[in-house]
Amino acid sequence: MPLTSCGNQAREEDLSRTAGQVKDMAKVVRRHVIEMIGEAGSGHPGGSLSVTDILSVLYFGGVLRVDPKNPSWPERDRLVLSKGHSAPALYAVLAEKGFFDKGILPTLRKLGSPLQGHPDCRKTPGVDASTGSLGQGLSIAVGMALATRLDGRDSRVWAILGDGECEEGQVWEAAMAASHYKLGNLVAVVDHNGLQIDGPVAEVMSPEPISAKFQSFGFEVHVVDGHDVEGLLRLFTSLPRNGERPICVVADTIKGKGVGFMEGAVGWHGKAPKGEELVRALTELGKVNEQ
Amino acid sequence: MIATRDAYGEALVDLGKENQNVVVLDADLSASTKTEKFKKAFPDRFFNVGIAEANLMGIAAGLALSGKTVFASTFAVFATGRAYDQIRQSIAYTKANVKVVASHAGLTVGPDGGSHQALEDIALMRAIPGMTVLVPCDGNETKDAVEAAAAYDGPVYIRLGREPVPFVLPEGTRFEIGKGIVLSPGVTREDLLSKVSDEPLFDVAFIACGVMVKAALEASEALSREGLKCLAADFASIKPLDEELLHAIARHSKAIVTAEEHNVIGGLGSAVCESVCSLHPVPVKRVGVKDVFGQSGEAPELLRAYGLTAGDLVSAAKEALKL
Ligand SMILES: Cc1ncc(C[n+]2csc(CCOP(=O)(O)OP(=O)(O)O)c2C)c(N)n1
Ligand SMILES: [Mg+2]
Repeated sequence: MPLTSCGNQAREEDLSRTAGQVKDMAKVVRRHVIEMIGEAGSGHPGGSLSVTDILSVLYFGGVLRVDPKNPSWPERDRLVLSKGHSAPALYAVLAEKGFFDKGILPTLRKLGSPLQGHPDCRKTPGVDASTGSLGQGLSIAVGMALATRLDGRDSRVWAILGDGECEEGQVWEAAMAASHYKLGNLVAVVDHNGLQIDGPVAEVMSPEPISAKFQSFGFEVHVVDGHDVEGLLRLFTSLPRNGERPICVVADTIKGKGVGFMEGAVGWHGKAPKGEELVRALTELGKVNEQ
Repeated sequence: MIATRDAYGEALVDLGKENQNVVVLDADLSASTKTEKFKKAFPDRFFNVGIAEANLMGIAAGLALSGKTVFASTFAVFATGRAYDQIRQSIAYTKANVKVVASHAGLTVGPDGGSHQALEDIALMRAIPGMTVLVPCDGNETKDAVEAAAAYDGPVYIRLGREPVPFVLPEGTRFEIGKGIVLSPGVTREDLLSKVSDEPLFDVAFIACGVMVKAALEASEALSREGLKCLAADFASIKPLDEELLHAIARHSKAIVTAEEHNVIGGLGSAVCESVCSLHPVPVKRVGVKDVFGQSGEAPELLRAYGLTAGDLVSAAKEALKL
């Protein structure tokens, strides 16, 4: 058997092993998200659950170069959660990755907590930018990517945007700048779940076709199933670290993914499950074997 | 004579030589804000983001969060108006090391008219937690302010003008963030802080910033000729405000007149009143633009039309003393 296919096979085995681990972690993260928001009595489950697989692949699939023991390591990759309301998913991932003690997850949104309702990079280790006012994260990521280039580092900058967020003009100012500066070290991921607060994105104010827009703004665009862990892994690990153009990944997702009654339901954008709902959600997400 | 924006351009070049970490951004106004001087000297560390002020502030924040000392410039109306939320969220909330240096502030923008004359920028920036707000009065003070801002780690707003202005501060005066400057001959900051007296030392004290510092000095001289005892001070550091000096001035004066090329709501006059009223209440007259927008005209005409001359300060002082 030629060496290459042997190598391919090994790589495939590696990938499916990693994918298995990522899926387990994503399950843990989804439980944390529901527990945290349930405990807080407020928050945004829909967009947190739709972005969970993406974040899990980035942090647990070996895509992001980070060091939980040294959150401000200059050589690290940066992640800007531009859709800041999905903070619970990011916090759960960061805690599981070891940036801080999991024990503080239940303090989400409480007075004095480092886990603010929206990401605050001055309060939470591992959070690279403060977000919450939609539309600003891609600009911040462009600035980070420029600094990376000025300093001659090979780190990469990721920005995660909502599809409703793409209605903000600033997103396109930033997209224009990213390709003008040929920021091949920048990846924008759009959590393409089709919903915003007041209804389907297509009905409220359609920014579609999002992938064609990013393409025409000069991005290399990939469309992927945002819940297909193998597919995400394969794509993310194959992206050039520093190509000629910025990259956009449009990840098709389901808002509320993993909790049946939240899936595709506009009403679960920014509402905490209570009592019976909380029990049903956690039952569906299943027991997790804490390792 | 030199416009504060020209002094800014020169200061940036000096900074760029000393500090490799300084990065400058502009939004298609580099010829006007004078960041083009830096662009010519250090093209690799200059980014023109185009006519996209929101993006300007966001990119500035990202560079700063990656360790750069960032200067972001455009006109004051666009910086603080168009991109207020980006300054609030991406820069100030994050405590990013970004210096928003805005030119063409106030009425003295002139013929471009009210759409381009920022008269509420100090109010907007002053209300943001943790934001430092500086309004230098001449070229030398501008250079000092730029240098001080670069040495300070955190967000700063510096307000600059379009028109050339004379050098107002005595040679050797050094500006410091958080410190006012006493301009009357023979009176020092230390004197004012240490002196205890039952009788007020001054009939009226003028507290001014930007182009109005010169008018304050002229008004002070005019009233002195009429036999009144006057003090003039430059409060370029609007936030943090030099409350120590301000309270000493309030303690030693019968009345205070503030002067600024800004709305009377929310600027230096407001800051002075807010501080003085609780510790050393004394009558304060605020000279500024009286809650209206500007219009086209030449700078000196506009200052006259809106009541921002030395003569207007003299009248305000007399009224204040009658209060
Ligand atoms: C500038 C701004 N306007 C409005 C909001 C309020 N808001 C929070 S989430 C949201 C909808 C976001 O939709 P989308 O980007 O599609 O996110 P997702 O579906 O992933 O939750 C809105 C309007 C905000 N946070 N920022
Ligand atoms: Mg959405």
